[in-house]
Amino acid sequence: MVRPSPAAAKTERLLNLTICLLYTRQPLSKSRIRTLVPHYADSSDEAFDRMFERDKDELRELGVPLRTEVIDAFFDDEVGYRVDQREYRLPEIDFTPDELAVVGLASRAWSQASLAGPAAQALRKLQAAGLERDEAGVSGIEPLLHTTEPAFEQVRRAVLTRTPLRFTYRGGGAGVVTQRHVHPWALTSWHGRWYLTAHDVDRDAPRVFRLDRVEGTVTLARASGTYTVPAGHDARAMITTSQGTEETVRARVALRPGSGHTLRRRASEVTPGEDGWDVVLLDEVSRSALVADVTGLGPAARVLEPAELTAAVRDRLRAVLAAHDEQEAP
Amino acid sequence: MTTYESATDRLGRLLTMVPWLMRHQGIDLAEAAATFGVDEAQVVDDLQLLFVCGTPGHMPDDLIEASWEDGKVYVGNADTIAHPLRLGRDEALALVVALRALAAVPGIEEHDAIDRALAKLESAAGDAARDAAAVSVAVDADGHEQEVLTTVRAGLRTHRRLHLRYLVASRDESTERDVDPMRVLNVDGRWYLEAWCHRAEDQRMFRLDRVEEVSVLDEDGTPPQQARPRAVGPGVFRPSPDDETVRLHVQPQAAWVAEQFPVDGVERQPDGSLLVDLRTADPSWLVRLVWRLGGQARVVSPPRLVELVRDGARRALGDPA
Repeated sequence: MVRPSPAAAKTERLLNLTICLLYTRQPLSKSRIRTLVPHYADSSDEAFDRMFERDKDELRELGVPLRTEVIDAFFDDEVGYRVDQREYRLPEIDFTPDELAVVGLASRAWSQASLAGPAAQALRKLQAAGLERDEAGVSGIEPLLHTTEPAFEQVRRAVLTRTPLRFTYRGGGAGVVTQRHVHPWALTSWHGRWYLTAHDVDRDAPRVFRLDRVEGTVTLARASGTYTVPAGHDARAMITTSQGTEETVRARVALRPGSGHTLRRRASEVTPGEDGWDVVLLDEVSRSALVADVTGLGPAARVLEPAELTAAVRDRLRAVLAAHDEQEAP
Repeated sequence: MTTYESATDRLGRLLTMVPWLMRHQGIDLAEAAATFGVDEAQVVDDLQLLFVCGTPGHMPDDLIEASWEDGKVYVGNADTIAHPLRLGRDEALALVVALRALAAVPGIEEHDAIDRALAKLESAAGDAARDAAAVSVAVDADGHEQEVLTTVRAGLRTHRRLHLRYLVASRDESTERDVDPMRVLNVDGRWYLEAWCHRAEDQRMFRLDRVEEVSVLDEDGTPPQQARPRAVGPGVFRPSPDDETVRLHVQPQAAWVAEQFPVDGVERQPDGSLLVDLRTADPSWLVRLVWRLGGQARVVSPPRLVELVRDGARRALGDPA
């Protein structure tokens, strides 16, 4: 027979160890385990010690609930290991067909994102526990999530384990790059982006970070669970607030017929104006958004009032011309 | 599947595969492989590994039985691992986060099923599900989007054609069209309708916040045979390789341009400004973007576009062109 590859030999050893620990009713001492798992028996003392410690960690990482218990109440210095069947097993979940349909949909939401593997594995476990897949859709609605931000995995791990984080952050506006040290609270997808809400340790204040502005490597602290997330932390409210609210203004804008559809949609009134243009009335519009929208329409739009916004649009257009001045070197 | 699988990942797969195979005795090798996202040779490798494992003693009676005669798989004597391992943290997270997002879909009729499924999953996953509260997806729709969503879903449910008045923002154009709805997607929090468009005679993705009006028509709305849901990547709208490449010099304040649109390349300059290459099928969209940025972006090339930007800005200012 062909000798198995080192990776295959390791899987075999881990599987035998798992079965052995599930099989025993009494906690098994390390020396006893060594006699029961074939690969351990063949190893030197030192190699066995190293292997066993690593194997325990890996089983725990996989989610195997490995217990450490005192073997004998009279000699409480010797510990043993076992896995309780009831803790190990996925409890029987009796999903009805409509419940299973939404679970299937939920697992597919991640099909193109970083949790694609775990989502598929979760569904397989449910199937292995006896659930049959139901492909029926849920009235044609499909949620899809993407996690293109390189920092996603590390930040997710930090949030779930409540581990302090350090990273380089490129701020909005002028794009200033700063070093941040934070206590992560929550990870939220909002309007197409992932946001981290956290306590900024250096600024001693809550802050919102966009994951796509986290640059380079993210460093997790060694110790986790060293802080608590404020009770009732509302990540979404915090993100919404951080987007800022701006004072609104009532404005009249002249639009060339057939143009400015975005503004027309928000208008409370559209009336014919001079030269065949239309005049739209906007009751509540943010100043900066209106200036950007009207400037973006170029010769097809003009702010009639307030006059200061008419001037703001003209300033911007002059800035466009200045930036494209023929004299300027390319 | 050719991705690297660590020894531990493989163990995770085996601990799920064994109970599944035990419930599906005599299943085709091919179907087992498809269910677990591996090829048939891998399943055979797995079975070969299984039958040298077993309970302590490792005498023939202790070992797992595994066979795959005539392509039919049988697994036995594996009572200790006959149940799948409970859901891990990431597994519970993936399902719980997506289900909660689904539950937040305005007007969704399956609320009841979602709530029940969530409650069952949460109780089965325990701590793993509680941790999931730290990760969430905010799915919301404003009043207008909700109305559109309700009508669109009514069309989907009854297989009827829809009439849309749709704003093509990049062309600043309001369009009328009849479409056969295929599905509604929420991609990273934004709503889209994928439908067969009778005006374009092709399938199209419509952003629900740009649907100005929608009504359900009497005609049958079954999409033609060739309409197939397309894989949707981040950003949804992808440039085509035939599109014209435009180079912009963007000031740091307008760096969001490089984040908002699919770009081919970004070169950061020592002063923090960016040289951005992007492709567009519609130069007028790009000209409007540059006006909108009010001097924070300059078209470097092509020269024709520079001329369009200048000309329009002069006319807007009432200067002689």
